[in-house]
This record gives sequence, C-alpha cells and structure tokens, in this order.
Amino acid sequence: MNREPNAREPFVRVSKRGVAIPMWKAFGIRGIALVASLVICSILIYGIVKLNPLKVFAAMFEGAFGTNKRMWVMIRDMMMLLCISVGLAPAFKMRFWNIGAEGQILVGGIASAACMIYLGKTISTIPLMIIMLVFSTLAGGLWGLIPGLFKARWKTNETLFTLMMNYIAIQITAYFVAMWENPIGSNTVGVINSKTKVGWFPEVFGQAYGLNVILVLALAIGMFIYLRYSKQGYEIAVVGESENTARYAAINVGKVIVRTMFISGALCGIAGFLAVSGASHTISASTAGGRGFTAIIVAWLAKFNSFVMILISALIVFLDKGAIEIASRFNLNNHVSSMLTGIILFFILGSEFFINYQVHFRSGKHKEVQA
Amino acid sequence: METGKAIRMMDITKTFGEVVANDKVCLDIHPGEILALLGENGSGKTTLMNMLSGIYLPEGGQICINDHPQVIRCPKDAFCLGIGMIHQHFKLVDVLTAAENIVLGLNEHKLVDLKNVRVQVKQICDRYGFVVDPDKKVYDMSVSEKQTLEIVKVLYRGADVLILDEPTAVLTPQETAKLFTVMRNMKADGKSLVIITHKLHEVMEISDRVAVLRKGRFIGDIATKDTNPQQLTDMMVGRAVSLNIDRPQPINPVERLVVKDVTVLDSDGVKRLDNVSFTAYGGEILGIAGITGSGQRELLECIAGLARVEKGGSIRFLPPEGKEEELVGKNPLDIYKLGVGLAFVPEDRFGMGLVGSMDLTDNVMLRSYKNGKSMFADRKTPRALAQKIVKELEVVTPSLTIPLRRLSGGNVQKVLVGREIAGKPSLMMSAYAVRGLDINTSYTIYHLLNKQKEEGAAVIYVGEDLDVLLELCDRILVLCAGKVSAVVDGRTARKEEVGLLMTHLGEEATA
Amino acid sequence: MTQLIALFKAGIMFGTVILYGSTGEIVTEKSGNLNLGVPGIMYLGGIAGLTGVFFYERSTPDPNKLVCVLIALLCAFIASLLGGLIYSVLTISLRANQNVTGLTLTIFAAGLSNFFGGSLNKLAGGVGQISVSNTSAAFRASLPFAQNLPPLLSMLLGYGFMVYLAVAMAFLVNWFINRTSVGLNLRAVGENPGTADAAGINVTRYKYLATCIGAGISGLGGLYYVMDYTKGTWDSDGGIERLGWLAVALVIFSSWKSRRSIWGAYLFGMLSWLYFYIPDLTRRSMELFKMLPYLVTVIVLVVVSLRRKRENQPPAGLGLPYFREER
Repeated sequence: MNREPNAREPFVRVSKRGVAIPMWKAFGIRGIALVASLVICSILIYGIVKLNPLKVFAAMFEGAFGTNKRMWVMIRDMMMLLCISVGLAPAFKMRFWNIGAEGQILVGGIASAACMIYLGKTISTIPLMIIMLVFSTLAGGLWGLIPGLFKARWKTNETLFTLMMNYIAIQITAYFVAMWENPIGSNTVGVINSKTKVGWFPEVFGQAYGLNVILVLALAIGMFIYLRYSKQGYEIAVVGESENTARYAAINVGKVIVRTMFISGALCGIAGFLAVSGASHTISASTAGGRGFTAIIVAWLAKFNSFVMILISALIVFLDKGAIEIASRFNLNNHVSSMLTGIILFFILGSEFFINYQVHFRSGKHKEVQA
Repeated sequence: METGKAIRMMDITKTFGEVVANDKVCLDIHPGEILALLGENGSGKTTLMNMLSGIYLPEGGQICINDHPQVIRCPKDAFCLGIGMIHQHFKLVDVLTAAENIVLGLNEHKLVDLKNVRVQVKQICDRYGFVVDPDKKVYDMSVSEKQTLEIVKVLYRGADVLILDEPTAVLTPQETAKLFTVMRNMKADGKSLVIITHKLHEVMEISDRVAVLRKGRFIGDIATKDTNPQQLTDMMVGRAVSLNIDRPQPINPVERLVVKDVTVLDSDGVKRLDNVSFTAYGGEILGIAGITGSGQRELLECIAGLARVEKGGSIRFLPPEGKEEELVGKNPLDIYKLGVGLAFVPEDRFGMGLVGSMDLTDNVMLRSYKNGKSMFADRKTPRALAQKIVKELEVVTPSLTIPLRRLSGGNVQKVLVGREIAGKPSLMMSAYAVRGLDINTSYTIYHLLNKQKEEGAAVIYVGEDLDVLLELCDRILVLCAGKVSAVVDGRTARKEEVGLLMTHLGEEATA
Repeated sequence: MTQLIALFKAGIMFGTVILYGSTGEIVTEKSGNLNLGVPGIMYLGGIAGLTGVFFYERSTPDPNKLVCVLIALLCAFIASLLGGLIYSVLTISLRANQNVTGLTLTIFAAGLSNFFGGSLNKLAGGVGQISVSNTSAAFRASLPFAQNLPPLLSMLLGYGFMVYLAVAMAFLVNWFINRTSVGLNLRAVGENPGTADAAGINVTRYKYLATCIGAGISGLGGLYYVMDYTKGTWDSDGGIERLGWLAVALVIFSSWKSRRSIWGAYLFGMLSWLYFYIPDLTRRSMELFKMLPYLVTVIVLVVVSLRRKRENQPPAGLGLPYFREER
C-alpha cells in the first residue's frame, strides 16, 4: 500500500475552455481536421491504386462536377441528404435518438409509389403530386410517431426502437416490391409510369431536379425559423436539455415528444417522396440506402443549424460521388465511398474536442522543480 | 507510520477557465491534529483538498509530504500516501453492497474476497465505534450510514490523513455529535484530520487549529484555543458583517395555501410525504426544516403540480383576488393557465429551474414564453426583463447572450430568483435558495424574500441551516421522515428543540 | 420433425453470431460505453479473418487446419479490437458523442469490409469464389466425438467449435463481471465513474480495455458468420449488419446479463429463420415473416420499459462521457 508515487506530472492535461474560442479559430480547427482526413484518404487511395493522389482528387472533382448532368445528380442527392438531416434536426435537438430515418423514408416512398401506381391512371400530375406529398408526409410521420408515443408514455428506449422500425419498414417495402413486381419475376418494381411520367417531378426552369431544390431549401429555411423563433422550437430545446425543467416550465413533455417525432418522421417521409417521385421513379428496399444514418451525423455535426447542414451534406455527397468515380475508373467497388466518408467524419468528430477543450503539455518549468 | 504525516502545500494554484479557485495557497497539516479549513462557500476549500486527494491537479505550486516533494496525479497516488477524503457528495456505487464499495479499486488481480473484508471491517468498526452492515446495498442506506461507510472505506485503505468535506451538512445535531466522538477517537489513534466547514460553532468545538481561506486565498491559521467566532468571521468574510437577518413583523396575514392530508409516493411506492397538513399565510415566511430528504422536495413539487398527490389530499390556494382553487390534480400547465402567481425556486437549479446551455434571455422567458397568441416566441419583453434583473440584482455577467452555465453559482441564483419574483407571485416557494452562495448573495436573497413577504406574498422557505431558519422565518414547519413533526414559532424556538424535532416526531420528542 | 430440427440448427447458427456480438457489447456497456458500432465491428472481424486465411491458403499448397483457424481467430480479434480502439479514442479521449461515433464506425467499417470483400471476390474470380475451403471446413466441422450422432443429439452437439466457444464466452464474461475484482471495478466504472475514479480505479484504462476487448469478442461473431454461414465467401448483402443490430438489442433483452443472452440469442436466431420453415408461404408473406425478430425486439423493448425493475436497469453511467475535472 505504501508505494511512493512517481514524482512526475502527467504528460498531458486537459481542461475545459473557460471562454468559447472565436468562430474563425473553431472553423480553422475543423478545416485542419478536414485536411488531415483528406491526407489519410489520399494515402489510403495511393496504397490501393498506386496513383498520384492529386490526380485522384482531380478525378473525384470530375466525378462530382464533370458534366452538367453529374452536377445535377450531385445536387439532387445533396438535397435528399439535406432533407433527411433537416427532418432529424428537431428530434435530435430534443435529444431523441431517431435512428429510424431509413424506415421513415421507406414508408414515405411506399406511400408515394402506391399513389403513382394506383392513382396514376386517373389523376393528372399536379393534383397527384399534392396527394403524394400528403400521404408520404403522413406515412413518415406516423412511422416516427410510434416510437415517440412509447417514449413519451413509457420511456421506451428510442434508439433501438427506431432502429428496429427500419428493418420492419424494409420488410414491408420488400412485401410491396413483391406485390408490384414489374416485369414479373424481376423482383423489382421497375420505373413506375415510365411512359406517361405521371407523378414524376415536372421540370422547373428546364431542370429535372429544380423542384427538389426548391422544396428542400424551403423546408430547410422553414426548419431554421421553426427551431430558432417559434414557441414550439423553444419547447424542443428545453425538453432536450432537461425534462424536469420542461415540466417545471409547464411544458407537456409527452406532447412535445410526440409532436416533434411526427414532424421529424414526416420530413423523412417527404425525403422518401423525393426519392421516388423526384429521383428514381421506383422503389426498392435500398431506396433509403443508408442515408438515414449519414444524415444523423450531418445534423449532429451542424448542431442542427440548417445552413451548416447544407455545407456538410454538400461535402459528403461530393465525397460519395467522387469516390464512386474513382471506383469505376480504377475498377474498384463503390463501397470505397462509405469508407472514405467514415474516415472524414471520424476526423471532424474528433476535432470538436479541440474546440471545447484545452490541452496542456507538461511544461519544462515543472521538470526543473523536480530535478 | 504511526506518527502520522506532515503535509505541506506551497503556493498551490488552480483555475477553472477564467475563475481562479486557488491562488498561491500555502497550508500545513501537522501530524495528529484536527485542522478546520474554514471559508465561505466558493472560497476554494474543497478545490484545495481535492488536489490533495488526487481529484484535481494543481497548475502551480508544490505538495511536500514529510519534506519529500510529491505529485498526486490520481486518487490512487493519494491512498498510497495515506491520504483519504470523504467527499460531500458521497463517492459510492448505489447498486453495490457496503463491502463491495470498500474493496473497490483494490487487489486488481484477485477474486472478490468478501469474507476477509467483513473481518477487517469489523475490526475497524470496533476500534472507533462504527456500525456498518457489509452486505447492505448502498441504495438502501440512510445518509449517515453512507457517511460512516465512506469513513470506513478510507480507513480500510490505510489512510492516516482524513479529509472530511462538510461532513455535518447532512446530519442531525445528534448524528453530528456522534461523528465528532469518532473523529476524536481517530485523533487519539494518531491520525490527522481535516474538516472542511463554514460553521463556526463546529470549528470551535472540534478543531485544534483553524486555517481560513477567502476567495481562493490563504488568509491565515490560528490555534483554536487562541481565537473566537468573531475573529474567525472577520477572517472569513474580510470585514465584520452583522449576523442579524431582518425579520419584519407579518402585516395582516391571510390564509393563502391550505394543505390538508397530503400524501405523496415515489416511483418505488415509498411514502415520501405522509398525511401532511399545514397552512401558509400571505405576509409571512414559513420555514421548512428537516434533514435532507425528509420530503421537502416532494412537498414543494406537489404544490407546483410536479408530483402526484394520493387520493384524499387537498391543496387549496386562495389568491388575493379571484376565487379559491384546488391544486391537487392540476399539472403545471393548468396552474399556469389559472394565472395565480405561483413562484418556485427549485433546489436543482440547472436540473429544473434553468437551462444551462441557454442565455439569460431564453432563461428568463422560461415561465412566460407561452404568453401571447403568436406561433413565434416574443423575445423583446424577456430581454428587457433580463436587463432589469442584471441591473437590479447586480448580476455579474459579460453579456445577456452568454450561456447561463458559464456564470457563477450566485449570479445564476440571482437570475432564477429575479425571474420568479418578476411574476409578482402571491405564493413564493424556495428550496435551499442560498445553498452554495457566498454571504453577500445570501443576504441579497433573504432581502428579496422579505420584500415579497412585505408585499403580501406567502413565502415558503426550505432551508438546511437552522440558524438562518430561526432568524428569517416567522413560523417553522419541521418535517421528519415525510411527516409533520411540529410547527414552531421562529421567534421563540430554540435550535436544539428544532434539531430534536427533525429526528423524532413531535409527540415522541416531548414524551 | 426434420423441419423443426433444421429450424433449430439454423437458429443456433444465427444465434451464435448474435451471441458473440451481444457478449462483447455487454462487456463494453458495463464500462458505460454504448457502442453502436457493433455491426461495423462484426464486419471487421469477418473480413479480417477471411482476408488473413485467404492469403495463407494461397501461399501454401497444403494449409494446416489448426493454423488456419488460429490465423482467422487472431485476425478477426485484432481487427475488431482496432475498431473498438477508434471508437475509444473518439469517445473516451476526445469525448465525442457515443451514438454518433458508433454509427460512424458502422458506416466506415461496413464500407471498408465490403470494399475489401469485393476486392477479394475479384481476386478469387467472382462472387462466392473465395477459396478458403480448408478453414471453412475446419470451422464447420463438428467436434471430434460428436460425429455421426442421431439427429436429436446432433441438434445439441453437431456444430462447429465456435458455437460452444460462444456459450463458454458468455459464461466466462458472466463470471468475470460478477466474481473478480476487475469485474467489480468495471461495474463501478459503468455505474458511477466519478466514484470509481475516487476509489483509485483508472477509469480511462478500464473504459479503453473493456471497449476494445468487447469489440474483439463482438468481431468473432462476424468471423463465425463468414466461415460457417457463408462458408468462407464474402457477400455484401448486409446480413452481418442486421444481425449486429439484433446483438445490440439483445443486450437490453438480457438486461446486461450475458448468461441470459444465450437463450435470447438462439430465440432471435430461430425467429430470423422461421419464414423458411413455415410451409406454403408466398414470397410476399415470407417478406413479412422476416420482420419477426425485429418486431419481437420492439415488443421486448416495450415490455422492459413497462416493468422497470432495479436489477434490470442499464449501468447508470451508460452513454455519458466522463471528465474528472468537470464542474
């Protein structure tokens, strides 16, 4: 018991920053992290394809922005990711771990696809689009509402509940895919209304994906205002910080949870509508494609600020497209993009530490005292 | 080993962000003495001792033990040097038993050998006069049992320097007396003890020597027999303060709150409040005394609509204007809608009354954000109110947009009390409103409560310091294990009497 | 009857994958870390084991089965441990949010494993062509004394060694957590890190070790999946990920007791296969039956939240970062 401790200070010591560091410094730290992660990525890519990393990045740029069409595809995918992130923001601000965006997107997509298939022959595009929007919103909202209700009533663990709801939604999607199979035996739905294009997003300003941009930006700005200036946004923030405080402030916590989860699910449902009606014109179990998970990280890193979410989703989609381009050029497979995205996210996640904490190294002065 | 250890702390400095908690503090601890470390709340006593016990690392200065310089990097280093600390918030794992808590962190390479532990615990207990049941789970223990366990745990690890951080704050006078006996036994056994406190009479009673800290600086030390409370107070606060708290006579008291047969159960179905009845009058301060956890929290929360009252209870609220209202069965939203002016300063500031990550304006609007029909929240009015609170209550803050968590405890409490008063309450409830505050801020709070009383509000003051309760309150309701032990007159009651009522119900105490 | 036995066997197979995952995650969560990276870690275990033996079997004309097994186990364990290390550095040292870090780990590791899995497939000449036949056979061989048993006995004894290793591991973890001093300290770290710290326990070290070793155990599940279920090939259809999430759910189901998770794992495994053994299902309704394990998990979650018993609660410090100098 009486071992004499080593008379040495620990090498590093960490303390919380007393004052928040200035904005430019914070962004500087994030910038450094981003650059560091890109360096790691290029080393990795070099290790795999033995190619000058600069050329690889050039290829990535070309993959993302190379042609007008690629650029619009990138914008379309970015809007999709942004839409989901915007949807997740209120839930996460409330500290409700909605890992279930995948499922909420899928049920929204199913609702849209069902409208296109069953109503496409009788209703023209514009009214049909409104019907699709309403149904996908409701479907996604209800899918989000279920775990919300249980959380509000019995404090059921929402992280796993929403996660499991993803797989339930995937199986439901598989069920409908089997039902709507076209052609029979293909195990896919095929492009819906490929001839009539009923229920497809119409072109806006001559752009196929113009409407996606308008819709999602409107949602993003709306969410920004909702969270920052509305009474409900304030309630979400209070509930997220402390349920006891919320009850003390005469906030009906259960109601806020259920309402917010409906909104969150509904926006993800709209993302499903975008995916089906505004992008692929079909539905499959991979319509959400893991974006529901990526969006969580986008929303979290942006601290639920819509405008920062635009930046981060742009970055991630750029990486994704770029990596896919590399993959196809150098005969690799597409999964390389999630790997690179993961590395970059690790670095950005880690960089937050240096914004909130200060690291001191053992100084020479103390050593002298001990010597 | 048996001669004890001489500890010398030299020029110890520690900062938290911008706050300097300890500024070049020098302190000696002699072998075989009881040293009282005296200072107001926030004067840096606990921080200083945390550096001795390895919780914090000093940023400057040196610690010498028996003239050897040492760096205490972690609690384990502290044990190895024979230093043990009993923290104010007990460091015990609730779901483990007493014996498991005692061996925690020891003998990493062995299986858990509880048999041996029981024997050794018994030896320690017999030596100093403790009682500990080694197989009891911590969540089943009373506060004083937990404290005993903490002391045994430290002794088991072979400590010969014991630091006790405000050990009496949670004890009744009787339990305190018992603790002091044990402390004297340990001293007789050659151990050195440091007791952190801000209670002067305890210093005079138990210590051999007193060291005083003020605002993070070392003021001086003196043998207890050569000093007196007045001198210590001067050292502690820097200038003589009148210890008298104002207590204006109640003017025209009217019934404001009539509580009858109220019972509250907790989530485990245990009675936290048992058939409580009392009346609070407008224009008076009703104090609530009791050991921590005797039902004070539940009492205030059930009035505020935050805790459920069992069938048969009633809480009638009689506002100065308007009709009588029954509060049982109403939630905070219902009560807000009544607009009856019920203010509540809860015990847990950041856990209930305020939101630490939000700025002053957003915190001030917590109670009023619902006002108005617009979908959007009005921030203009709360901003003006926040400005007014900052100005009138002298809140020290760099701006209105700083997250509240970055302010010091006293300033945070001023914002909370300021907001609650702004609603012109007819019933003002406060729980431990001065806990952790320095003397000046405490007096500001007393003054504000008195002002509410003079304006005709009924004030309910839950407190832990009996001296304050006896000087501030018109009447004092004493709670004991969820029951009303007695209601006494604040002007005539004696401290010992109230202390006894806290541990025994009224009838038993007189019987 | 044969159908039932087949269902039971298939259930044990998937159950074993889940059991490794949840046993590892229990060790991790006991230290207060909620690692949602389990599916990713299982991917890592699978791909690392596969890659290791792939190159070994390629390099020698006559691979030794024992060496094969050891290489696979070692590679899987180390790779998963490294996955746990990434998570630990980010959440423990850099105090990043645990849920977000775990999800990122899953995205990263799934990408990495499928990328290398795809490359391996290409090297081997196509999907399903990776030839680690020796190793896979060694993993799938039933224990020496248990060959040629009657069907009922082979239901219990006719599996590869990793099935029994998983059960042994679950019991071992249970014993370790409840009986050893280190286990006691670990529980304290997860319940109340501040207290553990004050008691002289190196909280950071415990969290690191528990998270990394837990990840190592979880990763073996991925290895078993690859060696036994997909018979030593790589299939990037997300099968491991699904089972990985079930493993996370099973931790709650078994209320942080690894002994309890044994039968839970087999139950989940059998539910996953039920659709296959119910006669006369259309393809559509098969898809609906496939959601059973997830649906049951949801129901279990709800039931657990309905009856909040003290001994069934998660470690009190679960999901929270610990910083000694926090004020």
